[in-house]
Amino acid sequence: MHTEENSRFAKTHEWAHMEGDVATVGISNHAQEEISDIVFVDLPKVGQQVTAGQNCCVIESVKSASEIYSPVSGEVIEVNEALAGDPALVNREPHAGGWLFKVKMTAPAEYENLMDLSAYKATLNK
Amino acid sequence: MTHTDLKKTPLCAACEAAGGKMVDFHGWLLPVQFEGILAEHKAVREAAGMFDVSHMGQIFIEGKDAWAFLQHINCNNIKNEPGAGTYSHILTEKGTIIDDAISFCIMPEKFLTVVNAACADEDYAWFQKQAGSFDVTVRNESAAWAMIAVQGPKAVETVNNLIPGVQELARFHIREIELLGAKGYVTRTGYTGEDGVEIMLPNDKIAALWDELLKLGVKPCGLGARDVLRLEAGYLLNGADADQTRTPYEANCGWVVKLAKENFVGKDALAAQKAQGLKEKLTAFVLKGPGVPRAGCKVYAGAEEKGVLTSGTYSPLFKGIAVGYVTADVAAGSEVEIEIHGRKVRAEAVKTPFYKNRV
Repeated sequence: MHTEENSRFAKTHEWAHMEGDVATVGISNHAQEEISDIVFVDLPKVGQQVTAGQNCCVIESVKSASEIYSPVSGEVIEVNEALAGDPALVNREPHAGGWLFKVKMTAPAEYENLMDLSAYKATLNK
Repeated sequence: MTHTDLKKTPLCAACEAAGGKMVDFHGWLLPVQFEGILAEHKAVREAAGMFDVSHMGQIFIEGKDAWAFLQHINCNNIKNEPGAGTYSHILTEKGTIIDDAISFCIMPEKFLTVVNAACADEDYAWFQKQAGSFDVTVRNESAAWAMIAVQGPKAVETVNNLIPGVQELARFHIREIELLGAKGYVTRTGYTGEDGVEIMLPNDKIAALWDELLKLGVKPCGLGARDVLRLEAGYLLNGADADQTRTPYEANCGWVVKLAKENFVGKDALAAQKAQGLKEKLTAFVLKGPGVPRAGCKVYAGAEEKGVLTSGTYSPLFKGIAVGYVTADVAAGSEVEIEIHGRKVRAEAVKTPFYKNRV
């Protein structure tokens, strides 16, 4: 199961957690705090190809729209349907029930290039 | 621009101490939110919230011709009874909107016009230019005054603890006050669609008022909640929904135009536009599908582009709401589509306000 500690992070504040060749993707606790009051998540479609570093999803808060960049490349195989009825789940549980989508990775090496939690946290303090 | 380049209100430190997330708003460092926009919205709709609106401008107009001058630069009929305030638009000769503002008659021959922050300098220059043959003195005291808006169904009874008798003040009226050892003004006005007051005090007294209001349980609120509240209430945001390319008729504010007045700046242009009819009009929309409409989103009827949104947000009461300038054939009740992140979402044109205010 994905947790903050066993996930890896992109500098654009998404996390990924790899099991086999599937990565579960979400946004960091810091990101949800910054975005705040999430009211709609425009998720990618199942079957859609995503590319590491490219936007594939939009999170709407009351005040703004935030583009979400996939931390890894591959095919979207599942999206978090619970967010349709409860988008604020991303605020409450960014590293648990508030995950966004799962990607069947085509380049698992990309995962290794992401930061671990301590390296990610260090970027927040700069 | 870094924060150090921004203008600060005398409440900046108090807002930061209360957890305000500070942002650049037209060159001012102001809180966009404290606890969160939804929580602050709820406080104002259900109890009482307060906003630092010290960036707003105060222009005093005094002299024998003060009222006649205000009648000249406003398209609405400015009330000339001590205590009474009037919402109006200040127009160019072309009839387009320089600012929307409330002018209060403090006493015979002395008025206060409270203007938008981003317009204060331009308004002042325009007032001076227009003063010409009028026997008036125009003073821009924006830098000397600070202001807190206290809004919500419990706002007035709460403020009554600090300003006894404020409950008797009528809507859109002003009263001079002595508070915390200083002279100031209280007006029964706001920008949220709720009852409430706005309190003006000299800069050095306003932080003490903020603290008193905190003690009385009034919730600090930021610009984020303010924008949702004002859009729900159907109020214009100057610079977004109104500017010097739009007339009051186009801005769906025809009610502030009094063509029966003998004369005012912009009257001829407005009379001509009224006779010709409008090409475009500020129209309100409620989203029928998922998403949040924002300024800049295009509005379509079928394949035909009808116009562009100037304001849009997520309302906790009505979900996706927006206003924008579209061709005048888009009547209330029309089905349209709004393009959001490349996806067309169904919406309906509706009459404003979205929120039927209780005031």
